[in-house]
Amino acid sequence: MPTTFPAKALAGGIFLALAVAAPWLLTPYDLNLLGRFLALSLTAMGLVLLWGEGGILSLGQGVFFGIGGYAIAMHLKLADLGPDELPDFMVWTGVEKLPWWWELLHSPILAIIAVLVVAPLVAGLIGWAMFRRRIGGVYFALITQALALAFATLLISQQDMTGGFNGLTDYHTLFGFNLNLPSTAVGLYFATLILAVCSLFGLRWLIASRFGKLLRASRDGSNRMRFLGYDPAPYKIIAFTVGALLASVSGALFTLHAGVISPALVGVVPSIEMVIWAAIGGRHSVAGALAGALFVNFAKDKISTAFPELWLYFLGLMFIVAVTVLPKGIAGLFGADHPFRALRKGDMFARWRKDKALQRYSATETAPPQMEAGA
Amino acid sequence: MDAIFLTGQLFNGFSVASLYVLAALGLALSFGLMRVINMAHGEILMLGGYLAYMAMSLFPGPLGLFVAMIFAFLGAGIFGGFLEISLVSKLTARPLDTLLATWGVSLIMQQAARDLFGATGVSVTAPAWLDGGLTLAGLQLPTLRLFILVSAIGVLLGMAAILRYTRIGLLVRAVNQDRPTAAAMGVNVRLVDCFVFALGAAVAGLGGVVLALLGPVTPSVGQSYIVTAFLVVILGGLGSIVGTTIAALIIGLITALSQIFVDVSFAQVLTLLFVIVFLQFRPQGVIAVKSRALDAE
Repeated sequence: MPTTFPAKALAGGIFLALAVAAPWLLTPYDLNLLGRFLALSLTAMGLVLLWGEGGILSLGQGVFFGIGGYAIAMHLKLADLGPDELPDFMVWTGVEKLPWWWELLHSPILAIIAVLVVAPLVAGLIGWAMFRRRIGGVYFALITQALALAFATLLISQQDMTGGFNGLTDYHTLFGFNLNLPSTAVGLYFATLILAVCSLFGLRWLIASRFGKLLRASRDGSNRMRFLGYDPAPYKIIAFTVGALLASVSGALFTLHAGVISPALVGVVPSIEMVIWAAIGGRHSVAGALAGALFVNFAKDKISTAFPELWLYFLGLMFIVAVTVLPKGIAGLFGADHPFRALRKGDMFARWRKDKALQRYSATETAPPQMEAGA
Repeated sequence: MDAIFLTGQLFNGFSVASLYVLAALGLALSFGLMRVINMAHGEILMLGGYLAYMAMSLFPGPLGLFVAMIFAFLGAGIFGGFLEISLVSKLTARPLDTLLATWGVSLIMQQAARDLFGATGVSVTAPAWLDGGLTLAGLQLPTLRLFILVSAIGVLLGMAAILRYTRIGLLVRAVNQDRPTAAAMGVNVRLVDCFVFALGAAVAGLGGVVLALLGPVTPSVGQSYIVTAFLVVILGGLGSIVGTTIAALIIGLITALSQIFVDVSFAQVLTLLFVIVFLQFRPQGVIAVKSRALDAE
């Protein structure tokens, strides 16, 4: 639809400009909320790739969110301490010596590597075990849900290592910056915004790429895909891994904004709430998922402070409405998203490089070149 | 570790398994039939618990428990039928969406229970004839747990009899084996779906009565059992009573026996790991009614 594209790009530009101007428009409290929810939107955007495009519903994204969050929180805990001190909860529970996996996170570089590597590694292993044996659909959803339950229970029970039910909180320094200063808050907000925008475009590129096409193929017809000589498993594993990476980064950013990570943020219930962000926003639209994460979380913030008892009814209704009335989410209201039309496949910049794409396609295929005329 | 302790843990395993059977049987049957998982199943357990509480407050006395069981069975069954007609049947083509929609239902039911009965939950007093226990060769077997075990076995036998000897059971088996062919032969598959869903909910209602006997009924009581019940369904295979029973026994015993060595949370992790490893060897579960692997996924 050539007429809708400029409108959408214009709207996107306005939103981006507003987001950049936000530190000067919003109160510090609201800015902190916006930063938090932008951080959460990374998880939702990952779910677009995994669930919308891959057809894999993971009810365990909280696990990866938690791995990222705990990794950075452990580093922050240690950063506040002197050389031979232990984190406060370890002192209370009588731990004498720092465990080695805590020791490692003293280094900021290792902490960042942990955020970027551990969750994708875990996801890759689980994905490999599951998809290799063609376990998908409802089975996968329920197993990942059990994973979220086991993870949260484990965190609560290992109180001397993880801070238990209260999680990790009360830290002040990140890479030498004081987290309580307003300037750090603004810097953190911009870091989050940049990562969110990068994820948005990165995922759009990935979805429009050949990989995205094969991922959709594995969703819509794994058997046909196999008959054509492709193994669907690697595509699903990679989608799951990328989703986990985004969730992990999302968790780390959220922890920085919120100043706390706890089992209550990573268990079964929060994990399935992550899915509703993508569902409300639009499971096939990356930008929709971003909007959905912001919308649902702002709604949660406003409704649960004003009418705490009504929030669960509202959330429950959102789940029902999102799948019955609005299966394409908010994004579906604004017309179908067409990132994959002929001649644009595999190249999100093709619309700016029409001629090259046209040449390439007309050289390899007999597609009528006049299709490009409307674009 | 002495033999008595070990037998005690084994008995615990069986009694936990009987709870899982009651919770998972309905799930497994409707999953086999419609490929749909009802996330609100745990809240149907909760509903059964609250219905039992109300019934036993209305009919105190030694036989109140049986009134409660009938009450919970019927109430949960009617609710299940309503849920199937109003929501689940509309979404059967999209199993993952059903998962989310029924999760929404479960959130609403939890909050409704909180508003109606309070967040702290209600307790049911087990009738006096369930107190005490049986002493077998130095081993104390609480009557309450024996009663639960017997109820679970009774439900299993009843279900098996319905499926094996009644006409509706025949139709259920037909639809379970091949839905399009059954529909082509004139079976009203929609009605069969609804019947199985309602029956599964009714059994979960009975499970709720059992929960009420074991501890207080809280708005979140269903959540604590349901994730394990899902694992039982996955492990058991599609829509097989025998598979579900075996899976419930396996998971019950693993949970109980691993608690000898590790704490509850590690037992949970071990159970999950076991299920994942088991699926590496038998992705179709313990017993698969269908074996057409290409249809799966």
